[in-house]
Amino acid sequence: MNRLKERYLRLDALPTLFCPGCGNGIVQYAAIAAIDKMGIRNDIACVSGIGCSSWIPCYLNLDVMHTTHGRALAFAQGLKLARPEKQVLVFTGDGDCLAIGGNHLLHACKRNIDLTVVMVNNHIYAMTGGQKSPATPKGVITKTSPGGNYEEPIDGAQLVICMGATYVARWTTAHPVQLQKSIEAGIKHKGFSFIEVISQCPTQSGVSIYGVKDPAYIMKFFKENSYIYKEGMDEPKNKIQCGVLKHDNDQPEYIDRMEARFK
Amino acid sequence: MKISIDTACCKGCGICINICPKQVYARSKIRNRYGTAMPEPIKENECIGCKLCERLCPDGAINVEE
Repeated sequence: MNRLKERYLRLDALPTLFCPGCGNGIVQYAAIAAIDKMGIRNDIACVSGIGCSSWIPCYLNLDVMHTTHGRALAFAQGLKLARPEKQVLVFTGDGDCLAIGGNHLLHACKRNIDLTVVMVNNHIYAMTGGQKSPATPKGVITKTSPGGNYEEPIDGAQLVICMGATYVARWTTAHPVQLQKSIEAGIKHKGFSFIEVISQCPTQSGVSIYGVKDPAYIMKFFKENSYIYKEGMDEPKNKIQCGVLKHDNDQPEYIDRMEARFK
Repeated sequence: MKISIDTACCKGCGICINICPKQVYARSKIRNRYGTAMPEPIKENECIGCKLCERLCPDGAINVEE
């Protein structure tokens, strides 16, 4: 077994419940590598909701809270307010974060509270069998949209930018090193950090969105159909926008503001 | 470079075979515990140690050491 994962995983809980080729394991490695590089193993707490991606921290041998559907951010805000010295890392999925937990996401962004959210976006409700999620692209045939999805998808990263999050990045599972660096930067950043990871789901979205079940093919598709965003560049159309989309260190953080108010 | 693949962890997804820039891996006849064919490092001496397979293995089955 991999030496780094061996030190951080609960070995009695293995093997993981992820399907072969699932992107969640790649996000898990990136998070472990970031925590290991920063040396904050005893200062970090992980929170997750319900869904495939919310199983990522459950295998970690750290302080972990597995909470109700969509309420990961609500629990994380409570944890951060009770124990401000802990770095809180939230793992959530597109259905968990944008659909049922959308309200909590908007309010956590508005408060600019010091959390790091890793949203694993596989464009579908994978655990329950492939239903349409808020991030499903237009025209895709899923179990609950048999005639093709006629709604516009929610762009999570752009949503949190306009709600006032101060560190926003988007990567795919084909960019593992950049993803690790973004998680490190998000943990270091004082304020609400949101990292969206476009991930493959070979079992559900592989069939309905990409038409192929091969995870390596989908990752190659991500690599070829993405570009790294820089300010003022000509943006190509119909490609995945990757990169650090916003980094603002000047906004006051929620706990600092609260302490200044009640001093 | 010394590459080891854990039979108990590997699920046979084939990401490492396709992602390796030096085509070090090939599908072998060894079966993992799920019954699918496992990758095998056939050109171990050509490995440049980029550790991309380690990062992209979803189950942490691959370990690359010097």
